[in-house]
Amino acid sequence: MTGIVWYLTIFVLAAFVGYEVISKVPSILHTPLMSGSNAIHGIVLVGALFIMGEATGAAQLVLGFITVFLATLNIVGGFVVTDRMLEMFRAKPERPAAPARPDAPREREDGSS
Amino acid sequence: MTLAYTAVSFPLSTWRSAVFLVAIIGFVLALKGLSSPRHARPGNLLGAAAALVAVGMTFSAGTVNHSARNLGLALGAMALGTAVAVPAARLVKMTAMPQMVAIFNGVGGGAAALISVTELLHIHSTGVSPATYVVVEALLGVLIGCVSFAGSAISFAKLQELMPTRPIVYPAQQPINALVGAGIVALFVTAVVTGSVDYAFGVLGLSLILGTVFTLPIGGADVPVLISLLNAFTGLAVAASGFTLGNPLLIVAGTLVGASGTLLTRLMSKAMGRSLPNILFSAFGAVVTATGTAEGLEGKSVKSSTPEDVAVLLAYARKVAIIPGYGLAVAQAQHVVKELADELASRGVDVFYAIHPVAGRMPGHMNVLLAEANVPYDELKEMDEANPEMPTTDVALVVGANDTVNPAAVDSPGSPIYGMPIIHADQAEHIVFLKRSMRPGFAGIDNALLFDDKTVMLFGDAKDTLQKLVGAVKAV
Repeated sequence: MTGIVWYLTIFVLAAFVGYEVISKVPSILHTPLMSGSNAIHGIVLVGALFIMGEATGAAQLVLGFITVFLATLNIVGGFVVTDRMLEMFRAKPERPAAPARPDAPREREDGSS
Repeated sequence: MTLAYTAVSFPLSTWRSAVFLVAIIGFVLALKGLSSPRHARPGNLLGAAAALVAVGMTFSAGTVNHSARNLGLALGAMALGTAVAVPAARLVKMTAMPQMVAIFNGVGGGAAALISVTELLHIHSTGVSPATYVVVEALLGVLIGCVSFAGSAISFAKLQELMPTRPIVYPAQQPINALVGAGIVALFVTAVVTGSVDYAFGVLGLSLILGTVFTLPIGGADVPVLISLLNAFTGLAVAASGFTLGNPLLIVAGTLVGASGTLLTRLMSKAMGRSLPNILFSAFGAVVTATGTAEGLEGKSVKSSTPEDVAVLLAYARKVAIIPGYGLAVAQAQHVVKELADELASRGVDVFYAIHPVAGRMPGHMNVLLAEANVPYDELKEMDEANPEMPTTDVALVVGANDTVNPAAVDSPGSPIYGMPIIHADQAEHIVFLKRSMRPGFAGIDNALLFDDKTVMLFGDAKDTLQKLVGAVKAV
């Protein structure tokens, strides 16, 4: 029974850590965060490999194969998609050249409507 | 509790535990890295490295590599999965990113559910009666994993427009859902009490149905919140698998995601000014937005303008706020909008983007789309940062957004969106709406701002209109 209590302890502490680490993420990064955390739970692959290893009989072998396949999709796809998103976040380059037409009148014109 | 069967524990030697610890640290740091754009990418790569180390180490376990046949199948499944996932992830369009995340999330939930099922079968085949908590853990894994799998599949279908994106309602929806829920509880309890695995398959079947019926009534614009919630579910399902297998890495990684997904879901619903139950269940009560029609709008007309007129307005403005919404994503107009912004910037106009937290199809989706179009992230202002700028803004260019700038959220307590924070486009000197039609936004309510004296409309597809605007601005 100590096993389950140990695991519950780990579970509760991990929940606090997850909450604390995440609460500081700016909303601009929410999509990558969702995608990145999605990739992290792809670590279920470790469990899937274990299931595959101990599988006996056709049914369990098929189930194991599917499980490893699905988990691989999750972990590989998750990290690749997140990297692709983050690749595009970059800092500002130098500002575009100053006004191309400094002679243009700066007053607003209510020309429309 | 006699003859307690504690599941087939994952073989954890000291050094394997140590490697898991390293992987766990990697995951926590990866999530921490996501708190700033600068560290996000290295953080994600660190997470990937941690995962790689943990997976590689797993192959050293005797249980995993004892049989050449099983090992071969495992490697084959991984090769196949990689061959499918990498091209899918690399080639998907940025606008289709939400459904991609949904499907990757769903398969993770499916894997977690299958692990629990297989583990139950395995226990069954040994003929030893398992301890109660072992059955509870495994069944929770099956339940949560299946709901996540089915829910993600439906979300994918909705976002990919394989099925209608509007809420799907049918008679007796609530009683049917309640019945499915009650059925799961009954089977779950029976399975735990009798210790028989046969009921587990009932739980599995009903959980898939629950995931489906739970998702059907959630409308397209609310699907992001749903995906976020399902992401948290998958995390918990993975944690449940970790309990079943006695694997601390799965417990920690799954729980981290469960906690972060829950927090993110709450942040998103808060940004929409609605409670999570309201988002998830509102279609059941068939929200009638009778109060939606703002008083005094009858008989008022909107002013329609031409791209040329608006181009003049923009070209001679000092400060322009671009407020993008769902319509920009649908029209895939992110590159053109950037072109317009560059053109204006080259004329010395101060251009910034005001991003509502729930604009687009996922939280932060708009940021990703604009980032794809090479908009530097420091030009993207979040709502709280953008609003103080609005009173000094000359032109607010609203591209395919509606509800996120509707003043009814501030001034009409009867409105369904009352209380939702908005971007104060109404405080700008001029407001230009790029819209396809006068159709109200997702909330189904009229927007008095469209009828405002300082508002002009440019009707048409956002991309077309923006292209015309770019041309017109160049000609000014």
